[in-house]
Amino acid sequence: SVNPDLASERQTASFCVERLTALLDGGAEQTQIRRAVVEAIESDPVFSRENQYFQTQNERYEAAVRKAVHLHKKMHEMGWTENGPEYKYIYRALSGDVAFLLHRVFMRSISVLGSDKQIAKWIPLASQLKLIGSYSQTELGHGTYLQGLETTAVFDTATQEFILNTPKISAMKWWPGDMGRSATHTVVFAQLYIHGKCYGIHPFIVQIRSLQDHSLCPGITAGDIGPKMNFEHTDNGYLLLKNVRIPRENMLSKFCEVRPDGTYVRQGSQKINYFTMTTVRISLIADEVLTPLMKACTIAIRYSVVRRQSKLKPGEQEAKILDYQTQQEKLLPQLAAAYAFHFTNDYLQELFNRGYREIQRKNFDMLPELHALSSGFKAVITQHCTAGVEICLRACGGHGYSLLSGLPSLYTKILASCIYEGENTILLLQTARFLIKCFMAASAGQPVPPSVTYLAAVKHGKCPAKNKLDFLSPDIYTEAYQHVAVRLTSSTAAKLQDLIQSGVKKHDAWNQCTVQLVQAAKAHCHYIAVKNFAETVEKLETKAGIQKIMKHLCDLFALHGIFSNTGAFLHDGYTSAAQMDMVTASYLDLLAVVRKDAVPLVDAFDFTDKSLNSALGSSDGHVYQRLYEWAQKSPTNQMSPAYERYLKPLLHNTLSKL
Amino acid sequence: AAAMSVNADLRRERAAATFQPELLTHILDGGPERTRRRKEIETLVLNDPDFQHEDLNFLSRSQRYEQAIRKSSLMVMKLREYGIADPEEIYWFKSFVHRGRPEPLDLHLGMFLPTLLTQATPEQQDRFFMPAWNLEIIGTYAQTEMGHGTHLRGLETTATYDPSTQEFILNSPTVTSIKWWPGGLGKTSNHAIVLAQLYTQGQCKGLHAFIVPIRQLGTHEPLPGITVGDIGPKFGYDEMDNGYLKMDNFRIPRENMLMKYAQVEPDGTYVKPVSDKLTYGTMVFIRSLIVGDSARSLSRACTIAIRYSAVRHQSELKPGEPEPQILDYQTQQYKLFPLLATAYAFHFVGAYIKHTYNRISGDISKGDLSELPELHALTAGLKAFTSWTANAGIEECRMACGGHGYSRCSGIPDIYVTFTPSCTYEGENTVMMLQTARFLMKSYTQVTSGQQVTGMVSYLNDLSRQRIQPQHVAARTVTVRINDPSSLVEAYKSRAARLVESAAKNLQAELNHRKSKEDAWNRTSVDLVRASEAHCHYVVVKLFTAQLAEVSDAAVRAVLTDLCLLYALFGISRNAGDFLQAGILTSAQITQVNQHVKELLAAIRPNAVALVDSFDFHDVHLGSVLGRYDGNVYENMFEWAKKSPLNKTQVHESFHKHLKPMQAKL
Repeated sequence: SVNPDLASERQTASFCVERLTALLDGGAEQTQIRRAVVEAIESDPVFSRENQYFQTQNERYEAAVRKAVHLHKKMHEMGWTENGPEYKYIYRALSGDVAFLLHRVFMRSISVLGSDKQIAKWIPLASQLKLIGSYSQTELGHGTYLQGLETTAVFDTATQEFILNTPKISAMKWWPGDMGRSATHTVVFAQLYIHGKCYGIHPFIVQIRSLQDHSLCPGITAGDIGPKMNFEHTDNGYLLLKNVRIPRENMLSKFCEVRPDGTYVRQGSQKINYFTMTTVRISLIADEVLTPLMKACTIAIRYSVVRRQSKLKPGEQEAKILDYQTQQEKLLPQLAAAYAFHFTNDYLQELFNRGYREIQRKNFDMLPELHALSSGFKAVITQHCTAGVEICLRACGGHGYSLLSGLPSLYTKILASCIYEGENTILLLQTARFLIKCFMAASAGQPVPPSVTYLAAVKHGKCPAKNKLDFLSPDIYTEAYQHVAVRLTSSTAAKLQDLIQSGVKKHDAWNQCTVQLVQAAKAHCHYIAVKNFAETVEKLETKAGIQKIMKHLCDLFALHGIFSNTGAFLHDGYTSAAQMDMVTASYLDLLAVVRKDAVPLVDAFDFTDKSLNSALGSSDGHVYQRLYEWAQKSPTNQMSPAYERYLKPLLHNTLSKL
Repeated sequence: AAAMSVNADLRRERAAATFQPELLTHILDGGPERTRRRKEIETLVLNDPDFQHEDLNFLSRSQRYEQAIRKSSLMVMKLREYGIADPEEIYWFKSFVHRGRPEPLDLHLGMFLPTLLTQATPEQQDRFFMPAWNLEIIGTYAQTEMGHGTHLRGLETTATYDPSTQEFILNSPTVTSIKWWPGGLGKTSNHAIVLAQLYTQGQCKGLHAFIVPIRQLGTHEPLPGITVGDIGPKFGYDEMDNGYLKMDNFRIPRENMLMKYAQVEPDGTYVKPVSDKLTYGTMVFIRSLIVGDSARSLSRACTIAIRYSAVRHQSELKPGEPEPQILDYQTQQYKLFPLLATAYAFHFVGAYIKHTYNRISGDISKGDLSELPELHALTAGLKAFTSWTANAGIEECRMACGGHGYSRCSGIPDIYVTFTPSCTYEGENTVMMLQTARFLMKSYTQVTSGQQVTGMVSYLNDLSRQRIQPQHVAARTVTVRINDPSSLVEAYKSRAARLVESAAKNLQAELNHRKSKEDAWNRTSVDLVRASEAHCHYVVVKLFTAQLAEVSDAAVRAVLTDLCLLYALFGISRNAGDFLQAGILTSAQITQVNQHVKELLAAIRPNAVALVDSFDFHDVHLGSVLGRYDGNVYENMFEWAKKSPLNKTQVHESFHKHLKPMQAKL
């Protein structure tokens, strides 16, 4: 039976939970497919994660390899294919706790960067797991700044081979997943040299382990890079190359080729390739960023209606902690952000699909805008959601600190997303570069892409709100966000120009403005997220209470953003001090409104208990019993040698001599 | 690796510093003599082969516990052997032995023994103290339960007095009443001081402390009626056996209730304690330690991130030039230098509270409790303010180290997971902020009813003078000079006054609408927390500014002044809305503040490495490959990784177990 404190929350839902789930999935049929995949995975004991929190790094790695191998079989059994509708739900159902994820990246990079001949040779081998691939780009000394990579590949015309080397310690490949222990092959990015001339970074397929006994190939040093905050199931590795020779045919040559005589030939446009890299940033948002935040909200909100602490009214029962305004203020904005970014993600997906179609027609006009949006939103969403998960963790007090709450693992995993696929600060600066360029163009009366046309319409009005209810009008707050975004971009552009005109070199001026530029890029993304949420709400079905509750969340998302960054909105007097008091009042009122639907809103995310893997967040609300029973299974409760070795001598008077 | 010379970048950084780091170290330690003694103890511990062991990052949780207990027992013996008895020196010794991590005897040494000293009768001390001192008895302090933490009155464990046998019967009546979290309870302790609701003669007399044996002396097996164990894996605290304890009709003699203050007589008659304010003292003391700990943990993270940022080169600033140190990027400075300034600020706050506590604990022992409520309110807020800020700051330092920060070799993950529980323990931070707010509201009410208040809240007195004008307090003009720390103190003071007043007015408005005081309080609590934060922020800026006058060396004073300004101005920049809304600063002034922050970043840049060197963390204590004093980062990352458990064999057993059989089938 369900804990009555949780059950009562569900009885008062103002909307139909199942309808909302279907909306999030993109249709009821999708929900059905997803549930079938989850059911198939969770009913299979090989995929169980119950013991995960008790396992060592070695055990986690072994389990992940076992699961990957088993998954290969399972997909066959179930008739799931990589192009089928089930495929995208498998990873979510496994909570990512599986090996050979980089194997997929290995295959994709061959498909995108390889010639038809190379694809025909390598893809069948890889898809049957006759070899295990990895993707080696990052080095000890260089990450996001790719031109700085130091690994070399020198072409030897005499033998028709490339000679690969790690010339110094900082050039060692470092971090690639699946490479520490598993991979037999990897795509290595190296500086290509022909006849002493450097042609920049190119990809090469290198075999690193024997297909017979898995021992390292000659000239290869590889291993695991050691324990991390999370991803213990993944063998992130290092790779040192010493005069490793590979045939000329192993350079991936869809765009660039080295002819037998050493002639370097560039062919076709790389733009499509560039587009593929950009889409990766968007594709990670759903599984790697939104899912963890949604799970964390589910856990923290369910726990907050089960946990009772202190009294709100004398003589009454202790209150649910979610009834405290301070607890609502921590959790409900995170819930609103999870929904807001879900819809942002839908918007981006649609935009990218459109972009893909255009690019196939050889129209590359959308590329700069797509690049700017993917960079900025990758940074803003990962940062926002990571902070959100941590807030959920700390909102659960002491029990949140237990691994059994599930929250520490969600946090340590999501926070890696702020770094991989481009470090966030650098990405925001790329978005800022686009904004400044577009702002200048717009000021000069030139056309700019749709997402930035607002930059042209600089208005110097004041916020028209007269009372706190006005701030529940999307026009009012969207306008305020727009105003801030325009102000930050235009003032930074002006500052840049001033500096350059006063004789400061362009790059110095840029560095001196980077703090402001980052703020401008964030404001731009925040504005688009608010605007998109408001527009989405307008189009929603009015039935079943869906639109109403989504409107509340949209308001909450927008007003929380203003409330926690009042300076930006007060600056230049767009919003007055009195209006800011109205924002605060409306914002606090909204907390109490959304509070009533908090549990149904997390139920709509539709996570199974197994997928949450949390003692605090399960759907029946039996928190304490589960925590107690689970803790007893901890290996530390088996007999420890510490007593015999250290405690016994200690307790038996070793010290009384003193 | 040990023989390698110092990285050229770090050598250049140190040569370019404008001040002598040792002089600043002396200030942080409280004088050259304290620095000398600290280093003496550091050498004693770090050169002792008994305290060496494998890198803890490569050990399982059980192994880490085992190492910790081994070191703890040696530590107790050696402390006595060396005759180290000064509390601060014990703290250093322990911190070097355990490298800043918790250890299983923490609760025995830090709570069990002191509680015996303060709350046990002389007879009880005779029975328990010497065995506990000699570690025949190892005890813990079992207060928190599964269902209740900071809200102590909600604890459910019962101790019912049975006059017929003159025993207390202890029970855990519900699942939620199981004791949960006490350190050292899971595996180490054989006794616990248990807090339980006392029932005698059919009446509940509230929470009292009882000495409860939990494991058999000799076999260490749990006693009948006792269920005890480890609560399982956590985010951090791997070396600590945080435990659970369930009691079923477990009987202890009447003499096991700690009876220095309250008593139960043989017939069950209850004798009330004289005053309960005394327990405040311990809380103030422990929370003041957390303030110091916030400073130290943030200092460690800054040391790592700033040294690494001076060693790491990336991308290009000027076309055609070599890759610059990442510390030369404005965005990187903007992430790290305000945190560096914060670490210094919190250090001085910690020193202030410790000093104040020592001063007034003399008064307390003479029975003068007058200053206690304010100190209590102040430490509650500062505990929350500093631990929240440091918690976020440590994470920012880690993020500033990019991918390598995520590796355990950076040491920052460990600092974070060890530190983050301080936001929860010894009083959950939001609850702490609301306690400070209660004091602020009380002081505000006093002022509005015409009384004067003293101490850190005396700025509220100014509000009554403003009262003649019907306007918002915001209407008054303050001339803020953004280059002058003392003028910024005034700006922070105005902000605090404004937010306290606004919270008080909102609270009053809620009270006018509703009946229940609690309900009105709850509906104002977001405002109340903001008011407390503003108050604490003001106190920190004030104390940092006051410190500047104490510094005699001009070069050190100059660099500390820059840090103090950066701390204050960055805080304004981040909370610009508060200053704008209250009319303390204009938009034009905020723009100047933002500009000045950037100038200060550039001014601090040449001294950044020297400023973290001044914290004077030994490499072993720092526990970071990225933050090494010699800066030889990459070579040592490789050396470190080779020792990873996954690298124990050349071919991992998973190959034989899973990969090979599968490939054979295909």
